[in-house]
Formats: sequence, C-alpha cells, structure tokens
Amino acid sequence: MNEVTPKISLKGLRKSFGDKVVLNSVDLDVMPGESMVIIGGSGSGKSVTLKCILGLLTPNGGSIKIDGKEMIGIAHSERKEILTKFGMLFQGAALFDSLPVWENVAFGLLAQRLHNRADAKEIAIEKLRRVGLGPDVGSLSPAELSGGMQKRVGLARAIAANPEIIFFDEPTTGLDPIMSDVINELIVECVKEVGATALTITHDMSSVRKIADKVSMIYHGNMIWTGPKDKIDQSGNDYIDQFINGKAEGPIKMEILKG
Amino acid sequence: MNFLALIGRVVISFLRAAGKIGLFAVNGVSHIFTPPYYPRELLRQMINIGYYSLPVVGLTTLFTGAALAVNIYEGSSRFNAESTLPTIVVIGIVRELGPTLSGLIVAGRVSASMAAELGTMRVTEQIDALVTLSTDPFKYLIAPRILATVIMMPLMLVIVADTIGVLGGYLLATTKLGFNSGNYIKSTVDFLEAIDVMASLTKAGVFGFFISLMGCYHGFNTRGGAQGVGISTTNAVVSACIMILLSNYVVTEMFFSS
Repeated sequence: MNEVTPKISLKGLRKSFGDKVVLNSVDLDVMPGESMVIIGGSGSGKSVTLKCILGLLTPNGGSIKIDGKEMIGIAHSERKEILTKFGMLFQGAALFDSLPVWENVAFGLLAQRLHNRADAKEIAIEKLRRVGLGPDVGSLSPAELSGGMQKRVGLARAIAANPEIIFFDEPTTGLDPIMSDVINELIVECVKEVGATALTITHDMSSVRKIADKVSMIYHGNMIWTGPKDKIDQSGNDYIDQFINGKAEGPIKMEILKG
Repeated sequence: MNFLALIGRVVISFLRAAGKIGLFAVNGVSHIFTPPYYPRELLRQMINIGYYSLPVVGLTTLFTGAALAVNIYEGSSRFNAESTLPTIVVIGIVRELGPTLSGLIVAGRVSASMAAELGTMRVTEQIDALVTLSTDPFKYLIAPRILATVIMMPLMLVIVADTIGVLGGYLLATTKLGFNSGNYIKSTVDFLEAIDVMASLTKAGVFGFFISLMGCYHGFNTRGGAQGVGISTTNAVVSACIMILLSNYVVTEMFFSS
C-alpha cells in the first residue's frame, strides 16, 4: 500500500528563547489538500510553530519536512525555492505601505520574475476581484483601507501565485463578527479553488468550525490533541473542552493567575 | 571584583554589538553585488536621500559659509591677514564643514527615517512577509539604501554643500566686508587643490555608508512596538553621528597627515 507523504510534517520540534521553552516537542502532520487549524491560548507557541516552518525562526531541534524534504539546515537558495510554494496571510495583513494595493498583491509574482508588470497587474486585479474588491482599490495605498479590506488584500496576495501551501495567522483577529465570517468564507473558497493545503492558527472557534478539516491544540509547547473537526466537541480532553467553551475554570490556568 | 566584572560585561557587550554591526555591513554590501537587483527601489531611495535632502543641506551650508567668513575676517584682522579669508573659507568648507555638516544633517534626516521605516516594517511583520514572498530583505531593503546613500552623499549632496558653503562666504565677503568679487574668486580657485575635493568626496562616501548602515541596522533589528521603533530611531541617529565624527578624523589623517 502506498503511503501518502504529508505536505507538512513536524517531529519533535523544539524552540526556546533563552531559558523560556516555547515549543517543547511538537509533532504534527498535515496531509495534501487538508485544512489544519492549530488552536491554543496566547503565548502557547502557535505563531512560533508557523515561523519555524517558514524559516523566520531557527528551531533548536527536531525536524520540519515539506513534501518529505527536510527544511532544517538546508541552503538558503533551496529554502527560497521551497518558499515559492507558500502563501501567507498575516495577522495584521502586513501590507507594504510604500506600494499601492495592486503591487502588494502582485509582489510575489514580480519577485519570482513570473510575469512582467502589466501581466502581474492584471492578475492582481483579478485576485482582488476574487476577494470582493473592485479594480479601483488596486491604485489605493494600504493606509487608505479598512481592517477588513486590508485582510482581503492580504488574502489576495497569499493566493496570487497559486501556492501549494497557505498559512493563515489569526485571520479574523480585530474584525467584527460579520467581517470575520466573510473572511472565513473567502478562505474556504480560495483554498479550495487553488487546491492548496492550509495551516491556520487561531483562537477564534467560529473560524475553526468554518475553516478546519482537522484541529490540533497546542499547550505549553506540545500538541495535546489532534483530530477531525467534528470530533472536537467529544474529544474527552479537559483542555480542549475548556478552550472551546471559553471557561475560566479548568486545567488551563492563565499566566496572570499563577502568582 | 564586581567593578571589574562590570567593565568586562561592558567591553563584551560593546564587542558583541560591533561584531553584529560588522556582519550586518558585510551582508548588506555583499548583496549590492549579487542579483536580483531592484533598480526601482534604488531610484526611489536615491530621490528620497539625495533630492529631498538638498534644501536643508543647502541652507545649512549657505549660512555656515557666511558665518565662517565673518569669523575669519574678524580673527584675521587682528594680524592684518584679511586677504586670507577666501582661502580659509574654501579650505574650511570643502575639507571639513561641507561634508561634516551635510553628514550630520543627513544622519538626522535619513538615518532616522530608515530606522523608523524599517523598524515599523519589522514590528508589523512586513519584513517577514517579504521572506514569505521569496524576497531577501537584505537585497530589497538594505542593499538599495546603502548604495543610494553612498552614491548620493558625494555626488549630489556634498558637491552642492561645498559649492553653496563657498558661495555663502563669497556673498558675505563681497556685499558686507568690501572684498572685490574677481579677487575673491581668483583666490578661491587658486588655493583650492584637487586633494581637498578628493578628501571632501571621500568623506562624503564614508559618511553616507555609516548613515545608511546605522539606520538600516537599528531599524532592521527593532524589537517591540512603537517604543522599540523610537529607541531604534534614536540609536540610529546617535550612532551615525558618532561614526561620522570618528571617521572624519580618520579620513582627515589619511589625506593630510604629514
């Protein structure tokens, strides 16, 4: 029987900042075409996991494989090549202030020298339309957009080069519930359309229920539960139950209460 | 014992910082010479750094040239050497005040702006976003800034600063101190040597390098939020000014030490 290679595979991933251990030993497999959502409280290591996969942070140990290829310790040029498979929507959108919206969306296409400027602009306008923004938005500066519009532009940028893997970092943070739902819908549609594997980190349960195929919970630098979205309410895990129901009482103690 | 430990810690942290800046400089400069190149970004930086700094640099040196002429005239009249005024003004401006004052002014304007822009890009994850878009931040952000400053400081700003500074002295001397225009220009041209101009342009290039290096280093390594950006901006300007004054002495010794 042929075993499918996970698109993303983390084994025993460790990361510390000085004495503070953020990732203790993270194991996670994300299969091709799957939408995995990592949940966890603030400071639990979600963003650090993501940054380690992207190579923005160097792990202290463990293994990160993309399509079965080890990422830790590879040459800069190889990493750059692999990064072309990725798209990412940042928490604050992270749009480049100095460039108009269309250039933000087309940045990856131009950086990879895939298209000339005229073609890249056309693709950018099409991607903007895909996330519900008109062509007139393309010539605006990111500072002229609302938070929701910035997230849409960030999403358009993430899907512009039809990536194989898309990361979503807290995609609905700072948005009102209706706009959050619009963004969640767009994420589901765009990921399906592009046929990408998605990895999302969030603590917004409505996002989880909308976006996820599988859910994994990180706590104190370890993945304490991984399973299908529809099993999350019957996980039998006290940590999961406390988190998804948003209760103060339970095994998870907020750092501020520890004294 | 504690005092010695304190000195040791200070020395080690200084060496660590110097090492980090040195590595950053080598990394930044090496990316200037390797593709991909970003000519649009280079042009944008050249306009920002060169063109938009012209008014403030010109004003500063115009008034400094005039003030220098007044001071030299008053001082030299004590031993009847007023005729040396044009020579001293041109040498003072070209060798020393033109490049140094331009350097300090541009450090305040450009170093601060680079540190604030890159620092904000760091804390808002724009630099991380560049990496995810297959773009090396050193190639896209650092190399064009260093190259643009090293080109624009000597080729635009300091040539203009030297010219306007000498013009300031000339205007003051001919309109207020009774100097003959033709004699003033002749003295200026006769006593200005090629090595003075070479020293001026070399200083400008070196100052430009330190201005961009400090702005980029502190901005790129910003931590925290708005406060972190503020700290980086201050550190960039202070360290750039210190490096300008320090390297000014070194370059002067290189050119004119007997």
